[in-house]
Amino acid sequence: MAYHEPMIELVGLGKTFESKNSYVKALEDINLTIHEGEIFGIIGLSGAGKSTLVRCINYLERPTTGRVIFDKIDLSEVQDYELLKIRQSMGMIFQQFNLLMQRNTLDNICFPLEIAGISKRDATKRAYELLEVVGLTDKAKAYPAQLSGGQKQRVAIARALATKPKVLLCDEATSALDPTTTRSILDLLRDINKSLGITIVVITHEMSVIEEICNRVAIIDASRIAEVGDVEEVFMRPKSKIAKQLVFSGANHIESFVGEDKCRIIFDGRTSFEPVIANMVLECRTPVNILFADTKDIDGKAFGQMVIQLPEDETSKKRIFAYLETNKIPHEEVI
Amino acid sequence: MFSQVVLEMISKGIRETLYMTILSSLLAYILGLPLGILLVVTDKDGIAPRVLLNRIVGIIVNILRSIPFVILLVTLMPFTRLVIGTTLGPNALVVPLVIGSAPYIARLVESSLKEVDHGIIEAAQSMGASPSQIVFKVLVPEAMPSLIMGGAIAVITILSYSAMGGFVGAGGLGTIAINYGYYRYQGDKMLITVAILVLIVQGVQELGGRLMRRSDKRL
Ligand SMILES: Nc1ncnc2c1ncn2[C@@H]1O[C@H](COP(=O)(O)OP(=O)(O)O)[C@@H](O)[C@H]1O
Ligand SMILES: [Mg+2]
Repeated sequence: MAYHEPMIELVGLGKTFESKNSYVKALEDINLTIHEGEIFGIIGLSGAGKSTLVRCINYLERPTTGRVIFDKIDLSEVQDYELLKIRQSMGMIFQQFNLLMQRNTLDNICFPLEIAGISKRDATKRAYELLEVVGLTDKAKAYPAQLSGGQKQRVAIARALATKPKVLLCDEATSALDPTTTRSILDLLRDINKSLGITIVVITHEMSVIEEICNRVAIIDASRIAEVGDVEEVFMRPKSKIAKQLVFSGANHIESFVGEDKCRIIFDGRTSFEPVIANMVLECRTPVNILFADTKDIDGKAFGQMVIQLPEDETSKKRIFAYLETNKIPHEEVI
Repeated sequence: MFSQVVLEMISKGIRETLYMTILSSLLAYILGLPLGILLVVTDKDGIAPRVLLNRIVGIIVNILRSIPFVILLVTLMPFTRLVIGTTLGPNALVVPLVIGSAPYIARLVESSLKEVDHGIIEAAQSMGASPSQIVFKVLVPEAMPSLIMGGAIAVITILSYSAMGGFVGAGGLGTIAINYGYYRYQGDKMLITVAILVLIVQGVQELGGRLMRRSDKRL
């Protein structure tokens, strides 16, 4: 995918929360560039600083150090009233949807247009267009309390898109939804990214969300960026400890096989999974124990990873590594 | 049971009580509502924090609220005479009723507005809403059911304050109850006025509840 101009640039961004008796460094030296039209993921464990980061992007939180450059505008240099205007070109959706409970669907979508001073007539027209985009035309007069979680998030997305923003910020937008609904919301986000060309920033603690829709990902750990890269790259070859932990989050129990040597085999689509393991067992004449596998078959090619338990004796172990080397199968020892 | 004269006296009492209560409630809301909004907006976690202003207004509200109404009534007499020209009659009682209940209303409004989910305010901010847009398009409409319920409580409180006006000859049902029940030991006339007060309170509470349920779209 060819990227265009930078849409959001974070330069040496830092945020410290200070109060009488506490001092929390929520963000430290964050440097990131998010390009126009991409779906950019930011993943991290709870408390890593994800929400603070996304709130700095639209200046709901004022960074203590560094700069946020949005569409070539340095947000630290604009006046308050200009900032309000700029926020109209950055939509935001949340885990808890945050719809106005006393307004129906249609009026919720009209809300940002009212804020922007658009006439009631034009706002209503635009709201109906958006209801169509999110597939909720029949719920125009329903109140949030009468909608399911997925429907609420659709309304929130329509509302966020009302002012035709350049960027959509999503803070844990699917974390309160079940897996099926999550998938449908992610599909919707992918669709609007394609059809509107809108840049999307996805904050999540779930690797599956990143995998599903993001082009690139930044991993944030303890207030800092640990790793940035194309999603496939980070998935196949996670470098930082936190990246490995997140990528193999389904395989946490591996750590509990103490005393055993393990090896992670990475399937990057060049090899097909079955012959690799079968041939390895045949050629090395040693059985291996599969501890964890998270692989996907796409067009007959294997993607994902597998953790195997290595044999005790050194010669068998060496044979396995030799086999993987000669066949150019990406792998690493897990300690 | 009662003579024509007594019935007329009671019906005048009802009219005076309703007049004082409604007028005082309206005027007290004109003062108390903005004050309550100010307390929420300028709070340190509010949408336009002004910590010093918030502290000062909070202290004034607390002082006014801690003065017993009867004391306030008497203390304000010179001021009441200045404004109304007399310290007798329903109009004169409106002055202390408004000053005494406005701070209470400010706190009621404050607590209603603080019930609004912070996430909704944040969503509005993310759309570029200004503080005044947040107040009038988010805080007040979202808190409306709670504000209505608070309104019923405020009206009932003002009604009960107005009955105390009986001691200073303000008129209304309170004056009748005190004149007959307290000074002349005519229990039946006192009882009937108290019963009417109870019915009014009941009616206001009922009406408040109904309006609240009708306005609330979360149900
Ligand atoms: N307003 C605040 N005041 C003080 N500390 C805060 C505030 N907001 C967030 N924090 C702290 O900053 C850190 C990062 O929080 P957050 O960005 O919400 O993490 P995440 O979204 O990744 O779970 C946490 O330690 C949190 O307690
Ligand atoms: Mg968060």
